Amino acid sequence: MFGKQNYRIWWLVALFVFLSVLPFTLKFHQQDFMIFLLINVLVVVSYRLVTLTGEWSLIHVVLMGVGGYTSALLAKMIGLSFWLTMPIAGVITALIAFALSFPLFRMKGFYFLIGSFAAGEAMRLTWAYFTWPFGGPKGIKLIPSPEITLPGVGTIELFEPIPYYFLTLIVVSICLWVLYRLEHSRIGLTLHAVHWSDALAESVGVNTRRYRTLAFVVASFFVGLAGALFAHYLGTINPHQFGVGIMVFVLVWVIVGGTRTFAGPIIGVTVLSVLNEMFRGADELRPAIYGSILIASIMFLPDGLESLPDKVREFINRRRGVPQKES
Amino acid sequence: MEVILQTTVNALVQSGFFALWAVGLVLIFGVMGVINFAHGELVMVGAYTVWVLYSQNGWPFFLAVLAALIVVMLIGLLMERWLFRPLRDNPLGGLINSIGVLFILQVIAVEVGGLGLMKHIPPAFPGTIEFMEGVRVPTQRLVALIVAGILLVMVWVFLTRTKLGWALRAVAQDRDAAALQGININKISMIAIGVGAGIAGVAGALMAPLVRVEPYMGHAVIITAFIVTIVGGIGSLSGAVLAAVLYAFFHTFVTTYFGGTAATLLGLVIMLIVLIIKPTGIMGQRTTE
Repeated sequence: MFGKQNYRIWWLVALFVFLSVLPFTLKFHQQDFMIFLLINVLVVVSYRLVTLTGEWSLIHVVLMGVGGYTSALLAKMIGLSFWLTMPIAGVITALIAFALSFPLFRMKGFYFLIGSFAAGEAMRLTWAYFTWPFGGPKGIKLIPSPEITLPGVGTIELFEPIPYYFLTLIVVSICLWVLYRLEHSRIGLTLHAVHWSDALAESVGVNTRRYRTLAFVVASFFVGLAGALFAHYLGTINPHQFGVGIMVFVLVWVIVGGTRTFAGPIIGVTVLSVLNEMFRGADELRPAIYGSILIASIMFLPDGLESLPDKVREFINRRRGVPQKES
Repeated sequence: MEVILQTTVNALVQSGFFALWAVGLVLIFGVMGVINFAHGELVMVGAYTVWVLYSQNGWPFFLAVLAALIVVMLIGLLMERWLFRPLRDNPLGGLINSIGVLFILQVIAVEVGGLGLMKHIPPAFPGTIEFMEGVRVPTQRLVALIVAGILLVMVWVFLTRTKLGWALRAVAQDRDAAALQGININKISMIAIGVGAGIAGVAGALMAPLVRVEPYMGHAVIITAFIVTIVGGIGSLSGAVLAAVLYAFFHTFVTTYFGGTAATLLGLVIMLIVLIIKPTGIMGQRTTE
């Protein structure tokens, strides 16, 4: 018989096959959309790692920009290939996050939120202020596309959406797998402990600040990779793309999806992005629709979309008069 | 020399606005524990109200300012009643709701006034007053500064000389203890957000003829209000006013010599330094951990 674990693997295989076939059935702008969706999945899943420790940071999207800028500058100024600039971008982002963790993790809760906001805005304004090397408000243009050399075929430039889609799919899948393993390792369990009972964790000898820093740095590494993927696909990068408005979208995705499970943020970003595509005609109204969804989900579904199946089941049981279990 | 004097005068006017923005934010945070991210948008709505009523429909300026006060106060009261009160024990939820409001207000502004169009709002008090050789202040700015000053004094009198003001400060200090003394928390919260939002509305209304009125003007407001609030000490009104004056001088001078981006950048760095070294700000009380 199949165990639960086996079922899950088959589901993943099916999902992967679906995602591999999907782009061939889509129009050009929909392929575009899928690439950004995959990148955003990596952004929200790495963000969840920070929220696991109970802190809500507002610097995540700016760190994505650090990855993007690093990769773009290395590719343009030194001419390194994408296969080197992307991992370097991740490492540099992680290092900057590590440096930032010293001032930021002196703060907690509200102070951390505001502090991370200030640090992010300051970094973003630095890009806008210095024309060299960051290109000022206009940013960096003509970022080269990744190239791949296959024996017998020659060098292919991954410029078209479909090849880039597969590149993104592979990179994001590997990252998600690593993040998933991390959460289910001893480290991940400790992170949960740091969130839910930080005094208790401390009393049994867990250095809570070190674990907060660890989660922050690892999350930054992955969002740095996401930034590199973003920059090399779009070919242009500027400070405006990483503003607090974009950070708010990330918050919305994560909160609407829910942060309790690994899948929560992925569900959030997918559902809301698809909805967003459907409102393409009403560009001006989109922020208000987002705002309303945000408020509605905080008021009526505070545990996110991931809790929806439970809620529905509870509702049906109540209608049938099945006695509720006490929670 | 003249540039320095002129910049000083500009900074003085600016400090009035900075103080108004920050005082509203501090009041709301102090009493309700919610960081109102939509505070900049409340200022924006105040400015739009003046644009619609005074500039488009020819109302007298001060009547339009009064209308802005009422409109923004009503928005604030609605936010408290329907968005913040149900989430009293969840400050993060309140913050996120205020972000939702921010988006909705921006879109309403776009729908009302359109994007990218310059909103021409003629000054209600044209002309300038010359203080000395080469140092002149537009009358509109002077009027704005005076009104801002009067408003701040009124808030101060309200908080320190009236029973309601005492109750409000008691709630800010310790909500549970205040409730045990028979203070109605919901009523006090309504008053706090009414006053805080009202001040934001008046600030926006007074600014309207002096700045570019556009749907996204709230962004600069909220960043400044954060910097001023943190530097002054969260929850300290006198600290906020003092920090507003200091930061207005700093910001105006740096803008004059190095540009606006550099000024905001350095302001954020100062705020970070304050957060790291003395999170309670220059006037904040040391809290017992």
